[in-house]
Amino acid sequence: MADNISVKDIIKPENLVHKRSSVMTDNIMHYCPGCGHGTTHQILAEVIEEMGIQQETIGITPVGCSVLMYNYLDIDMQEAAHGRAPALATAIKRLLPEKYVFTYQGDGDLAAIGTAETIHSCNRGENILIIFINNGIYGMTGGQMAPTTLEGMKSSTTPYGRDVKLMGNPLKITDIVATLPGTYYVTRQSVHKPGNVRKTKKAIRKAFEYQKHNKGTCFIEVVSNCPSGWKMTPVESNKWMEENMFPFYPLGDFKVPEE
Amino acid sequence: MAKLKGSIVFDIEKCKGCGVCVTACPTEVIAMASEVNSKGYNYAEAVNMDACTGCTNCAVVCPDGVITVYRVKI
Amino acid sequence: MEKELRLMKGNEAIAEAAIRAGTDAYFGYPITPQSEVLEYLTAEKPHERTGMVVLQAESEVAAINMVYGGAGCGKKVMTSSSSPGVSLKQEGISYIAGAELPCLIVNVVRGGPGLGTIQPAQSDYFQATKGGGHGDYRLIVLAPSSVQEMADFVELAFDLAFKYRNPAMILSDGAIGQMMEKVWLKPQKERKKELPAWATTGKTPDRERNIITSLDLDSYKQEQFNIKLQEKYREIQEKEVRFETFQCDDAEYLLVAYGTSARVSQKAIQLAREEGIKAGLLRPITLFPFPSTEISEMANRIKGILSVEMSAGQMVEDVRLSVNGRVPVEHFGRMGGIIPTPEEVVENLKTKIIGE
Repeated sequence: MADNISVKDIIKPENLVHKRSSVMTDNIMHYCPGCGHGTTHQILAEVIEEMGIQQETIGITPVGCSVLMYNYLDIDMQEAAHGRAPALATAIKRLLPEKYVFTYQGDGDLAAIGTAETIHSCNRGENILIIFINNGIYGMTGGQMAPTTLEGMKSSTTPYGRDVKLMGNPLKITDIVATLPGTYYVTRQSVHKPGNVRKTKKAIRKAFEYQKHNKGTCFIEVVSNCPSGWKMTPVESNKWMEENMFPFYPLGDFKVPEE
Repeated sequence: MAKLKGSIVFDIEKCKGCGVCVTACPTEVIAMASEVNSKGYNYAEAVNMDACTGCTNCAVVCPDGVITVYRVKI
Repeated sequence: MEKELRLMKGNEAIAEAAIRAGTDAYFGYPITPQSEVLEYLTAEKPHERTGMVVLQAESEVAAINMVYGGAGCGKKVMTSSSSPGVSLKQEGISYIAGAELPCLIVNVVRGGPGLGTIQPAQSDYFQATKGGGHGDYRLIVLAPSSVQEMADFVELAFDLAFKYRNPAMILSDGAIGQMMEKVWLKPQKERKKELPAWATTGKTPDRERNIITSLDLDSYKQEQFNIKLQEKYREIQEKEVRFETFQCDDAEYLLVAYGTSARVSQKAIQLAREEGIKAGLLRPITLFPFPSTEISEMANRIKGILSVEMSAGQMVEDVRLSVNGRVPVEHFGRMGGIIPTPEEVVENLKTKIIGE
């Protein structure tokens, strides 16, 4: 066949291989350029679309940058008080056990103010999915120190870098969660490169499949960037993340069910 | 031998010009435009569509779901 | 389950009435003097009786946010606690009011501030009736004065909460929570199957997605929402005032008291009348909405009012606002977990109002 097929001939419905998920609304997301929130929202929407569970899914948004996530996913959602998303999810799942329930939380929400709710919902083994976006900073409030801010990392409340003697150490909450008997599947992924996005999407899919079979809490950490908070370009922030975040928060599975 | 040929379409009004797609593209199809969209972002555009294989890498990493990908086997 | 006469603690009556009212879920955390609610519910296995969910949460904070989640699904959901625990719940209650979710919160009040005491008090009146958490909102507040009312108000509170999409509170106290009385329990109601159209139950193709939130970053819209809330509270004020009067027809002096204080005041009226003092009692059943109009009307034909509360004087402010200076209004109360005696009430009526 001829090698010089025209663009017009390629752009046809039958040749479509990737488009924005129908579970995404048409709203333009408020996130800063290059932010991993948008990428994570989309693979979540894609999984919901591919599993055909839009009518069965209820999501809970946190307080933080993704507080307005309900503007972007075309599913029923509840917006929780800061850190309390797993409490909402607990009740929703117990009252509507046939639904798929997930929370979507940042590091401040999940690992600082909401630590108790996180630990206890995981310890009870609530049949929910917790998606944890860890970018080591409070984005929405303007770049303050998060529980996961790295040692020496600058933020608006650690302007000279995080001094662990003064501010304590960065919290590896996913490591803690993985030790709890209630958790079934715990993994740490990222969404900064195509391969990583695909792996994270697979993890979300697996988590929903496990939820269908009432296996316990599934917990997916996404190590992500904050170009604005880190004061870098998006591309620089992804490189910085690889060089600085990944050594402390290495990607990979913590707890994988024995199939 | 069968070859994959792709084509990508940008929803330039949704593009925030982050440039992540540029680095994700293995065949250097994409560059940032010198023009801006109505939000003032230098949006991404295909400058070397001939090299596109339709691998979807750009669309997969795009945080704003801007890119639609088509692919044919030739 | 049929209608049934039982001897029960107030806390147990709330729990049993909750099961019988077809409540979908209870989320709680132990605290004296209301732990019997959770204990009774876990012992009764309501999941087997009606399918009701009962869960001991990791904190009062978690419990009220579980209520938010369940209420957001359109379910009949409740929690109970006592004063320090209800303080912890205030953030969640504000969010529930802001998201316009119906639910029931029970406060079996103990003395404060701080850890205070485990003995009964009425010092959470301000917190219950003036908002409690941040923002301009109100709860519908019901004040039982008997174990029977502890049971009856569960269903009433849910009905009002769903009617107005607003959280309702039963403001009780440690005495009524702990005392045993006979109580008529209503027959078992079925848990409702139909859920409200606004609830998050999974987006179906025939409707837009449902969002439960208290957030609107657009100031104009947020103000409009606040105006709508205030209109709702005005409607509640107009339509839902509940109160009871004792011997008010010929009364020259009025006691205003709710809950345990109203029981004491009823006896005080009898003692006063034995001494020739024509005293009557107005017992607010709803603390929000407060029976202001009724108290105002009564102020036209009486000489003075004594507000009797187990606090430093909280409800007395609403009584004074109702009367607007036309007759003397004074407060008498005990604090720290002490229940006033009827004799003390009469004595204070004489010294503070009659001027003897």
